[in-house]
Amino acid sequence: MNPRDVVITGIGLVSSLGEGTDVHWQKLTTPGLKPVLDTGRFAPYTVHPLPEIDWNLQIAKRGDQRQMETWQRLGTYAAGLALDDAGIKGDEALCSTMDMVVAAGGGERDLAVDTAILAASETRNDRDVLLNEKLTTELRPTLFLAQLSNLLAGNISIVHKVTGSSRTFMGEEGAGVSALETAAARIRSGQSTHMLVGGAFQSEHLDMLLGYEMGGYLHRGPWQPVWARQGAEGGGIVTGSGGAFLVLESREHAEKRGGRIYATLGPVLSARARRPKGELDAAVSALFDKAGLPDQDLLAVSAASGAHAATRAEQKAIAARPRLAARGFSTLTGHLKEAQFPFAVALAALAVHHKAGYPAFDASERPFAGVPEKVLATAIGYHHFEGMALVCAAD
Amino acid sequence: MADTKDHMGRPLVAVTGIGMVTSLGVGKKDNWAALTSGTSGIHPITRFPVDQLSTRISGMVDFLPSSDKGASALTYELAEKAAHEAIAESGFSLDDFGGPLFLASPPMELDWHDRFSLYNSGKGDGDPDRLLEVARGLTSLDLFETAQFGSIADRLAERFGATGLPITLSTACASGATAIQLGVEAIRRGEADRALAIGADGSATAEALIRFSLLSALSTSNDDPAKASKPFSKDRDGFVLAEGSAALVLESLESAVARGATVLGILLGCGEKADDFHRTRSKPDASPAIAAVRAALADAGLSEDRIEYINAHGTSTPENDKMEHLALSTVFGERIRSIPVSSNKSMIGHTLSAAGAIEAAVSLMTMREGVLPPTINYDNPDPAIQLDVVPNTSRTAQVGTVLSNSFGFGGQNTCLVMAREPV
Repeated sequence: MNPRDVVITGIGLVSSLGEGTDVHWQKLTTPGLKPVLDTGRFAPYTVHPLPEIDWNLQIAKRGDQRQMETWQRLGTYAAGLALDDAGIKGDEALCSTMDMVVAAGGGERDLAVDTAILAASETRNDRDVLLNEKLTTELRPTLFLAQLSNLLAGNISIVHKVTGSSRTFMGEEGAGVSALETAAARIRSGQSTHMLVGGAFQSEHLDMLLGYEMGGYLHRGPWQPVWARQGAEGGGIVTGSGGAFLVLESREHAEKRGGRIYATLGPVLSARARRPKGELDAAVSALFDKAGLPDQDLLAVSAASGAHAATRAEQKAIAARPRLAARGFSTLTGHLKEAQFPFAVALAALAVHHKAGYPAFDASERPFAGVPEKVLATAIGYHHFEGMALVCAAD
Repeated sequence: MADTKDHMGRPLVAVTGIGMVTSLGVGKKDNWAALTSGTSGIHPITRFPVDQLSTRISGMVDFLPSSDKGASALTYELAEKAAHEAIAESGFSLDDFGGPLFLASPPMELDWHDRFSLYNSGKGDGDPDRLLEVARGLTSLDLFETAQFGSIADRLAERFGATGLPITLSTACASGATAIQLGVEAIRRGEADRALAIGADGSATAEALIRFSLLSALSTSNDDPAKASKPFSKDRDGFVLAEGSAALVLESLESAVARGATVLGILLGCGEKADDFHRTRSKPDASPAIAAVRAALADAGLSEDRIEYINAHGTSTPENDKMEHLALSTVFGERIRSIPVSSNKSMIGHTLSAAGAIEAAVSLMTMREGVLPPTINYDNPDPAIQLDVVPNTSRTAQVGTVLSNSFGFGGQNTCLVMAREPV
C-alpha cells in the first residue's frame, strides 16, 4: 500500500450491450449472452450498433449536443458516466484540477457532401476545382470542430468542466494504451492526483469502416466470435460503437475524499513490435512474460480485435500459458478501436471489484471459477502497438 | 554534479539537439537567418487551384519531394528532416536513438485525391459503398497507412530507433509544446535519460484551408502575402495557415554533461490549463491562459520578474492577440511593457501542430544567439495592445530566460519556460 498507488474510482461504459457498469456487469456475467448485431446496414460487414442513449442525461445543453457528432457525444457521455460513478461530477474543485488524457481518432465526415462530390467527380476532370466549389458552399462550418481529434477532450472540458489539463493521444489501440500508461505514471510520480482517461469510437459510418478496410481488416460473411475468425472471409475485425472512460486517482487522494475504490491499477506495459520484420509473435509472448503474471489461475480480459495476425499471436501466447483464462470481449461489443484498452481495463476492474470472473464468451475460452484478485488486461493492436496492464484488488 | 536537479529535486532537462523546417527553408541555419532578417515565408498557394477560395495565401512547405504527396507523406518528411537535424546535432545515433518519441501531428484523413481515385476505379451509380469494395481489393497497405493515426510515429520510431510505443498527440495549436512537455515529464520521472519531441504539420490541404476559412479564422489579405500575418496590429484579420516542423532532443542535464554534449538550453518548466468556455473562443477573462503561464512559471521555479523575453502565440487573429495581451499583462503587470514579446508567426504563419515545437526551437536559438526575432508587419499598432513586440527588425539582446505560449482550439493551453543555463 502506497499513497501513490493508482486506483480506479470511476468507470463509464457504453457499448451495444447498453450503458453503465451495472448493465455491463450483469450482461457480461450472463452465460451464453448473444451479441447485439446489425448485419444489414453495412453488409457484407456486421457492426455492433450503439444502444438507445438519452444524451440529455450527461449532456444537459441541446446546444452542446448539436456542436458534436456522434463520436464526440458518445465520448462526452461516457466521460460523464465515469465522473458520475466516481462521485466527482459537478464537483467544481475536483473537476477544475483534474487532468485528462483522451485516446481519440477522428470524427465523422459529412457523408452527403462527400457522396455528392464523388458523384460529380465521375464527370469532371477538374476535381480540385470541384472540391473548392463544393466544400466552400456545402460544408457546415462547425462540422470541422465536430471531427477534430482533440475536440472530444475539448467538449469534455466544456460540458463536464474538467480543466486541470487536457491532452489527446492518437493512434488506434496504442493511443488508449499510452493514455493509461502515462496517466498512471503521472499519478505514481506525483505529477497528478486525479485523472480522467478514456476514449470512444463510433463505427456506424462508411468512413470508419473504410479506415479498416483499406488494410483489408474487416470480417465478412456470417458473424463469428472474435477467436474463431481465422480463415473466414475477410480480415477478422467486426467493429462496434462504444466508449470507456476511467477515473484514476492516487490512493491517498481517493481515500481522503472517501471515494469508492474498484481496483488498483498495477503495472501498465506498452510496446511496438516490429511486425513487418516478423517479430509479432515473439513480441507478444515477451509482453506476457514481462507482465509479471502471478503463478495462479488468472483471468485475462482481452481486447483482441479478430485481425488475423495479431489475434493469432495472442491466441498462441495464451495457449502456451495454461493458467490463463482469456475473455475476448470484442465478441460481444465489437472492436472499439481507441477505446479498446480502456474498456479492457474497466472490465478487469469490475471483475476484481465483484470478486468474480466472466463466463466464457465463446466455447473456446477456458473456464475460470476462482475469485480474481488480479486480472490481466491486454490490447494487441490490430495493425500496430501492444499493451497490457495488471489490475489488482483494492486492498 | 549537484546542479543537475531542479528546484523540486527533479532531473533538469537539457536540450542537446534542435532541428527545424518551415516555409523559410530546411534547417536551423537558413531559418535563423531568415527569421532574424525579418523575412516572410508566406506566399501565394500553388499546390491546388484557389478558385472560390477567399484565402489564397499560405506558409506551405512547397520545396520537399513530398510536398504534393498528401498530408501524411509530407508530415512524415517534415518530421524526419527536423528529427534528423536534431539527433545529428545531439551526437546520438541516427538509427538507434535509444529514447522514447513524442510526436505532435495533425489528425489523419484519407486524402481527397486518393478518395477520388478509389471511387473512380469502382463501379455503381453514385454509390459511396463502392469505396469499400475497391478498398477491399487493394493489394498494398500504402493508402491504409495514410489514414492510420499512429503510422507516422510508427515509421519515425523505426527510422530513428526510438524505444517503446511512440506517442502521437494532438492538443490543437498547443500540440508541439505538449510533445515537449511529455518528453520533459518522462525524463523527470526517470523513465528515460533522453527523449525525442517533434511537432510536424504538413496538412495544409484545400479542405483544411476551407475548414478554417468557414470558421473565419484565416487572413484574407491575399494581395501582399508577406504582409498578411500581422500579430498585434490593429488591422490583423486572421492567421495564415502554414506548415513546418521542429524537433528537440531532450536529455537529462546529468546525461548531457556526462557525455560532454553541448547544452543548447534548459527546459525549465511546463504548464497547462484547459479552457471550458467555447470550442474556438477563449474565455474572455483569459483565466485559462493566465493559469497556464503561472503553472509554467511555478513548474520552472521562477517568479514573473525572471522572464526576460516572451515568444508569443501571437496568431494574428483579432481574438487571440487581445486575449494573450490580457493574459500577459495580468501575469506580468506593468513590467509587461518592458519585456520584449515577439511572434514568429508574423513570418512563418501558423504551423498548427508544429507551432509549439518550432517556437520552442526558436526561443532556444534566441537565447543562444543573443538576437530577438522581430514581429514583422507591425505598421499599424493596436492601441489596445501595449507591448514591445520587437517591431519589424530584429534586436540584439542577451536573454537568459524565455516564456513560450501555445493556446489551442478546443481550449488546450500549454506554456514552456526555457533558460540558457541551468538556474
